[in-house]
Amino acid sequence: MLKYLLKRILWMIPMLIGISLISFFIMHLAPGDITSNESAFNPKASEESRQKLREMYNLDKPILVQYGLWLKRIAKLDFGNSFASHQRPVLWQEKDKNGNIKPGLIQKALPITLLINLLTIFLIFSISIVLGTIAAIRKNKIPDRLITLFVFVGFAIPGFWLALLLMYSLGVSNQILPISGLHSIGYEQMSPITQFIDMLKHLILPVFISCLSGLAGISLYVRNGMIEILNQDFIKTARAKGLYEKKVIFVHTLKNALLPLITILGLSIPGLIGGSVIAESIFAIPGMGKLFYDAVLMRDFPVVMGILTIGSILTLLGNLIADLAYAWADPRIRRGLSK
Amino acid sequence: MRLILTSLFFICLFGCNKSQTEDVINFDEEASQESGGTLTNAMIGEPNNLIAMIAGDGASSAIAGQIFNSLLKYDENLEFEGDLAKSWEVSEDYKTIKFNLKTQKKWSDDQPITCKDVLFTWKAVTHPDTRTPYGSDYQLVSSAECINDYQFIAKYNEPYAPALETWASLHILPEHLLKDEDINNTFFSLNPVGSNYFALDSWVTGQQLKLKANPNAIHGKPLIENKVSRIIPDLSSQFMELIAGNIDLMSINPIQYSRVFPNRSELNNKINLYKEMGNGYTYFGFNLNKKPFDDINIRKAISYAIDRQEIIDGVLLGLGEEITSPYKPGTYWENKNIKKLSFNPQKAKELLEKSGYHLNNNIYEKDGIPLSFEILTNQNKQREMTAVLIQRRLQDIGIDVSIRVIEWASFVNRFIKTGEFQAVVLGWSLSLDPDQYSIWHSSQQGPGQFNFIGYSNKTVDDLLEKGRRELNKEKRKAIYDEFSSILYEDQPIVYLYAGYGLSAIHKKIKGVKKLSPPAGIYHNDYEWFVPTKFRRNEMSL
Repeated sequence: MLKYLLKRILWMIPMLIGISLISFFIMHLAPGDITSNESAFNPKASEESRQKLREMYNLDKPILVQYGLWLKRIAKLDFGNSFASHQRPVLWQEKDKNGNIKPGLIQKALPITLLINLLTIFLIFSISIVLGTIAAIRKNKIPDRLITLFVFVGFAIPGFWLALLLMYSLGVSNQILPISGLHSIGYEQMSPITQFIDMLKHLILPVFISCLSGLAGISLYVRNGMIEILNQDFIKTARAKGLYEKKVIFVHTLKNALLPLITILGLSIPGLIGGSVIAESIFAIPGMGKLFYDAVLMRDFPVVMGILTIGSILTLLGNLIADLAYAWADPRIRRGLSK
Repeated sequence: MRLILTSLFFICLFGCNKSQTEDVINFDEEASQESGGTLTNAMIGEPNNLIAMIAGDGASSAIAGQIFNSLLKYDENLEFEGDLAKSWEVSEDYKTIKFNLKTQKKWSDDQPITCKDVLFTWKAVTHPDTRTPYGSDYQLVSSAECINDYQFIAKYNEPYAPALETWASLHILPEHLLKDEDINNTFFSLNPVGSNYFALDSWVTGQQLKLKANPNAIHGKPLIENKVSRIIPDLSSQFMELIAGNIDLMSINPIQYSRVFPNRSELNNKINLYKEMGNGYTYFGFNLNKKPFDDINIRKAISYAIDRQEIIDGVLLGLGEEITSPYKPGTYWENKNIKKLSFNPQKAKELLEKSGYHLNNNIYEKDGIPLSFEILTNQNKQREMTAVLIQRRLQDIGIDVSIRVIEWASFVNRFIKTGEFQAVVLGWSLSLDPDQYSIWHSSQQGPGQFNFIGYSNKTVDDLLEKGRRELNKEKRKAIYDEFSSILYEDQPIVYLYAGYGLSAIHKKIKGVKKLSPPAGIYHNDYEWFVPTKFRRNEMSL
């Protein structure tokens, strides 16, 4: 078991290098660099000064040299500074000689995205399990049909459109919820409890919108898993034994049907750090999605590479954790591993 | 598109939905001037760096402009007036400019503002290690010195007419805070100390930036006490914040201006709309190094075949103007004597035939080669729609046109820099100084330079060089009038439209001029104020 774990972790190193190499080259295949965006069509900015900037950022060097430089830095866990004129550190804050702190880009964006995504995943899984179970028990009857209809409408509806409608009806016509942003003006002066409530109010709409599209997939997984297991012999045995239907459903069926969800949960770990660009733009939430999208448009290579690297590490870890959790939950797989 | 759809949807769905029963406040009431209060606006992006010479983005300059002063500034009629300078003298040979600074002025940290700061700023912007794209204008200054604490002299080797304009766009930075710092990467860029109306109060990354009135402001304290700029990337969300009363002003688009507002009387009760000439124009440009665009008859034919009014009506809903010179309509430099080419498909056909083209299957061709080309533009809704209208009009007379829309960075690097394009729909800004050297001089055609369409005309070159050396305003006007008429005669580009800048400002903000001066509606925003009775609950501020 330990040997297996060690092997998996060691395998991650060449994989990470491969992933970063490919991302680095693909990113550089896109035409342009940071200098062509910030002042490309400003007649007051001359081409010589742009060339000067390119040299300062090492963008004039051959791509392999640039990759080497990047790898050298990253080996020391230094993600570098953004190319944008604020030059903020990509990952973590840094202090200048006077003790002033420049906050890191990922450091600021990640907690917000993580909070929203954790809430979203928690809600998606808990609601989906309930919906999927009801649908499976009442298979092909009205509740099942209604639930399927509901989750698919949620899946198909364009998020930005629904978001704008909800913002209008709940934020403008009836001012119940805030329209956008994370905090109200004057947040700093509020008491901790009001701050918490204020933040919660701001999160309701974004989390609701992010949930809606995720319900369809997971609830159908649960429904189909349940139906499959309900048809198996051991369930018939359980019923024949005269067990209460509640016990049949919740102990014997649901427990088994939830096993595949562990894999899905593991696979959603990298998704935890990736925010949705559209939702973040509409709700004015400064999260990871917007950070990555802007960095790509600006050709801000250190930021793009930083997010991709962290994303790939989390993906590989997520896969590993999912496999381990699966083995922990399911004795059949555990036995397979130790062979 | 998203906005159109949603706006339409709102009108349908909520149009008859009576909005909540709030007390109807009459915002039209007059009020006497008083200070205090907060103005809240929204920005689509976060400023990168509040040292404007280092930052390249619009959000940064918008905020930095409220914190820093230059030596000169434009008054409401776009004439120069002193900002940090009390007066200035240009020598007889145009090669020396002497600025007399205002005395007894202080930075917001109470240190005096002196000539040392100006000299420091000039040294910083021209230093080879400074990461600024704007250095070249200031490198033309051969030497700069301080005669005493309040006299700054800049000497040029050659007369340089746009010089005053360059001194109006260079924010003067405090030497005492920056002399030991690396200007490229200093904490000062996030926490600046300036001399203008406002000073930075707080900055919550990604969310909002708060300015407070600067008690040391060199032109006196503004009436508004606090300015909050919220960062809201999506324009439809901004618009909702505006109509919910959470932000006080924003720029709006033609659909909101002429479709949404006229249908929503409750909005007009609390929000005023303003229309003024915008700061840029859109054009249809040819690659003059490629056939058939080297032929002036083809360019003129295309110009006659395009219905500019149709584009203004269709794309801007009528909220724009045709232009004939690259200067802002209504300003001193506009050449009002140019006769417009009007929409005339018949004349277009005649010109094509004069160049040896004849119709075959409804498409003009010459020596068996059909007249067809591709219009390139970037992802910009208005430019895309413009290209479609041009395509249709050119098809009508027998020119086969296709359209290609490309992401900005690829557009610039893959096509514009390499010269691999036939025609483009693009825009230029309408500059306040008439100098257009970098755009039209034949020497400016290298990769990454701005005469990428390849225009070269000896007379225009001479005029542009002459204009740069002439500081007499009337003589300059004559030079640039001649320049713009030759340009219009040559039609290297077809001027399409200059759109209006449209703003929506809440009625509780008083002191906004009904008729915006040439310098724009925001020019006197230090005189704006919010009467106490209209202030929202600002206890927490």
